[in-house]
This record gives sequence, C-alpha cells and structure tokens, in this order.
Amino acid sequence: MILTFIETRDGKVKKSSLEAFSEAKRKAGEMGLPAAAVLVGPAGGEAAADLFKYGPSTVFHLEAPALAAYSAQGFALALAELVRETSPKAVFLPGTAMGRELAPRLAARLGVSLASDCTKVEIRDGSLVFTRPIYAGKAFLTFTLKSAPAVATLRPNVFSLLAPEPRAGEAVRKAVALPDGAVKGQVAEILREKGETLDVAEADIIVSGGRGMKGPENFALLEELAAVLPRAAVGASRSAVDSNWIGHAHQVGQTGKTVSPTLYFAFGISGAIQHLAGMSSSKVIVAVNKDSEAPIFKAADYGIVGDLFAVIPALKAELKIALAE
Amino acid sequence: MNILVFVKRVPDTESKIRINHETKAVAEDGLNFVISPNDEYAVEEALRLREAKGGRVTIVSVGPDEAVAVLRKALAMGADEAVLLKDGLKETYDPLRTARVIAQYVKTKHPDADLLLFGRMSVGADNSAVPSMAAEFLGLPQASVVTKLEIDGASGTALREIEGAVEKVAFALPAVVSAQKGLNEPRYETLKGIMAAKKKTIPVIPVADLGLAPEETAPQVEVVSLEAPAAKKAGKIVPGTPEEAAAALVALLRNEAKVI
Repeated sequence: MILTFIETRDGKVKKSSLEAFSEAKRKAGEMGLPAAAVLVGPAGGEAAADLFKYGPSTVFHLEAPALAAYSAQGFALALAELVRETSPKAVFLPGTAMGRELAPRLAARLGVSLASDCTKVEIRDGSLVFTRPIYAGKAFLTFTLKSAPAVATLRPNVFSLLAPEPRAGEAVRKAVALPDGAVKGQVAEILREKGETLDVAEADIIVSGGRGMKGPENFALLEELAAVLPRAAVGASRSAVDSNWIGHAHQVGQTGKTVSPTLYFAFGISGAIQHLAGMSSSKVIVAVNKDSEAPIFKAADYGIVGDLFAVIPALKAELKIALAE
Repeated sequence: MNILVFVKRVPDTESKIRINHETKAVAEDGLNFVISPNDEYAVEEALRLREAKGGRVTIVSVGPDEAVAVLRKALAMGADEAVLLKDGLKETYDPLRTARVIAQYVKTKHPDADLLLFGRMSVGADNSAVPSMAAEFLGLPQASVVTKLEIDGASGTALREIEGAVEKVAFALPAVVSAQKGLNEPRYETLKGIMAAKKKTIPVIPVADLGLAPEETAPQVEVVSLEAPAAKKAGKIVPGTPEEAAAALVALLRNEAKVI
C-alpha cells in the first residue's frame, strides 16, 4: 500500500494533497499495490466525499480530542500508529507548510529518513526512486532511501491530477489514543491577511516584480494584473522585499520560496542567480525588462525589452480580452 | 534561558553550483562558504531573548573543521559559546542522521535547554527537516517557519507562515523553533565582537564520540545521480511597441505555449 496524508483547510481537501494522492495512485498501480488516503482531525464528510472521486482503496480518518487543532507532534503520533498497523511501502505528503513540517516529524518517529519536496517519483527494479531540486534548483538529486517505509513530500503544482469520477465510499474512522500530555503545543488560531490570498507556492500563475518596479506603490499594478488571471499570485525578488516594497512571504528565490507555476512573469527583475534558482522550474517564463542584457532573458521563454510601466497595462488589456473568449 | 542555536556552513546563494559526476557531489573548489542565511535569524533571536531575559546562547554546528568559521561569526554577533560536532562525512543529504546527532548532543550535554533555535531550511540540502526530526527525537513541541516569537515564562507563542495565512502556535517550553526571514533583522558583528570571538576556544566533539551506535549515523539516502538542470533553449524576444508586443505575447502564450 501507498498511504497519502490529506491536508484540509476549512474542511476542504487542498489541491496539493490531491496531486500527491494522484501520484501515489499511479505509482501504487505500477507496483500492483492499493493506494489509501488518510485524514486527520476535524476533516468533515465533505473532504472524504471529494477524495473518493479519485479512487482510493481506503480512506482512513484518525480522530482524537488532541487532534482537533493541528500540531506536527500530535499528527505525527497518530499517523505513526496507522503506519505501524497498516505497514505501507511508502507514505506521501503534500510539500506544503504543513507537509514539510509534519513529514520529517513522522519519519523521525518511524526511525526513517525522508525524501523532501520531490519533483519526480519513479520505480526502478521495484524500488521507489526520488528526484528533488537541491540548492533551490541549481542541481537535481536522484536517490533511493535505504530505510522503510519511504516517507516523501511532493512539491505542489508538479504532479498532475487524476480525472475525478463519480464514486462514493465510507471513511474508516479510527479513534487514536494519545497519552495525556503527548501534545505540548498546537495551532491556537489561523490569522488571515487581507482576504483569501493565494500563496506563490500554490499559484498556477505568478506575476513577480523586482527593482525595476521602482517603489512599493507600483506593486498595485502587479496585483491588478494578477486579478485578471486565474489562480494567480504576486511574487517579488529579494531586492524588492529587502527594500520593504512587499512582504517577504512573496519572495521567490533561494532565500525565499522555490516555485513551479505554469506561467511566471518577471517584471523588472534582472535575474540574479539566487532568484533564477527559485523559479527556473516554472513551465513558461516571461521576462519584461528594459535592459536587453539582463540575465533574466537567458532563463525566459518569451521576453519583451521595454518599459514595464507601458507593457503591464497593455498586457492586462490583452489578457482580459483573451481570457474572456 | 539556556538557548541552543544550530547553524550550518553552506555555499553562499550567489554561488554557481558545479557537479563532480565521478563523486556524485557538488564540486567545492571555488565556492564561498557562509552561515546559512536563515540561521542568522535564529542567532539574532537567541541574542535578543538573552538580552531580554538573561541566560546563555550556545551555537552548535554539525560539519567539517571549516565550519568553525560560521561558529566564529555567531560568536562575533554576541553568542556566549560555540561547539563543533565534527562530522567526518561530506554532505549526505540525510536529515535523519543530523537530527540524531543533534538530539544526542542535547540529551547528553544540555538536558536543561529551554529553547532550540534553527533556520527554517539550510541552503543546499533544502530539506527543512532537521528541526522537526530533532523535536521528535527529544519529544518537544515545535513551531516552524516562524516570523514572530514570544516567550513568557515556561510557554511561548509563535506566528508561522503557511500558504496565504499565518498560524499562531502556542507551546510549552522547552521547544524547537525554526526561524524565517521577517523574524528580525540580524545585527552586524562589531570589531569588538570579532576580536572577542577570536579569543574564544571552540570545543570540537567528534560525532563518533557522542555515544550513538554506528547504524544510527549511517546515511539512509543513497545517491543515484546528481545533475545540473536541463539546459533551456533560447527564448523568443517579442518585438514592437508595448501594445504590439503585449498582443503578440498573449497570442504566443495561448497558441504556442498553451498556458492561458
């Protein structure tokens, strides 16, 4: 069996979890194994119903009072119990903030190592082989894990979703006995910045700005452009963040976030090596810069040499028309 | 407070990474090594907590002899002491063994530690796993990717970045916290600090002397290959006035790249 941890937010399954499950099902299929999924804590029936459309062999739902709020400590304990009971060959988790915190804690509890932020999973001679970017994508490491089960996080936006089908099922509910005091810290509250902002790590399209944006007020232009695009987020280079033009949560690059969107726009970003490392795995890169010699053009699929303050409004108008069709 | 900060020596982020295909490792010649950038936020936060509450700040690195340089930098920033857990192995990309080494060190040498601080992720291996693993081995609560930390007596709260929102985490001490950009603005070393750091002795403890069984520090990651990213073919420059270029670009994104 390959087991996939399913992360929910507000009772809904996150897309990155469905991607991880889809890959688990493909790999399990190749190895002739079942693909199961596990929900932890206060996930509702809606989450399980969504999951069944993707064809899991079983959906486990682990429950305990101490799991009502997320903690890596409590969730790892509960998942480790299920792993001991069901002996999966591998456990996949989404490479999200939660997955990246929880997976290593689960692995340590099981006494095994970890494949972090994988961008490729293969089967060679019956064993799982993982590939992941290191140095934020300046190199790619392909490796196997000697310890079992293999625990892996899968980078969001990299693995394709299976087509959902009208299927239904009943989650297997399991009450987990957590000893008193086993959870010494957990999430007290989730604070949202202005409304529901999409994170750069999850966005399908990223509209990024650098020094060429000239000031914080001009990031509004990028927000307006992002607003006409589906599932788009605003990103930024390190120099824009270090100038306090935009919050560091938007920073793309080796000291910020490594991203893999379908489409990446770089406006006024020269293309420092640490920035290129963080975004070069984007499927299509567009650069707009007035300096035709800027290194960003070497990474770009399409480039416009010109004034971004003239290009952005023109692009927004054209995209609006194209997307309305 | 007894605060431990764990730091790693890594190539700076402007480095070009070249690969030695024979050894399946990154070629180290010509690289400029620094303290991993996120670790500086951890050092700074420890110093601020000590300034507010008293106590000691100990900096620990698992690595080769050369890692003494990053320990000296942290001492120059103002840490009280530093220790090198000397590892005979090169980068293994295996967070499990590093976390085991750290947990064993804490258990045997600092069982009274109140707070273990890390950078959220070291540059290079990019695992972001050692803090979680060490927390599990030590049975401690944790908060990762933290942009604000408050300690009040025997408990703390942290704000941690998640996708499109911020989680407020409440925990009991002792705890493990990993620092993210935004937590603070790391101070520069002063000349006085640099001089004082030079005079300090940095004890070296070989990893093999920590009392772990050899199988506990055997790497579990078996490298198959290490490759440079696939070379990209030259992109297209879209000519014309801003309006012409924008229209042509949108057509290319739709008809050629098929991404919108």
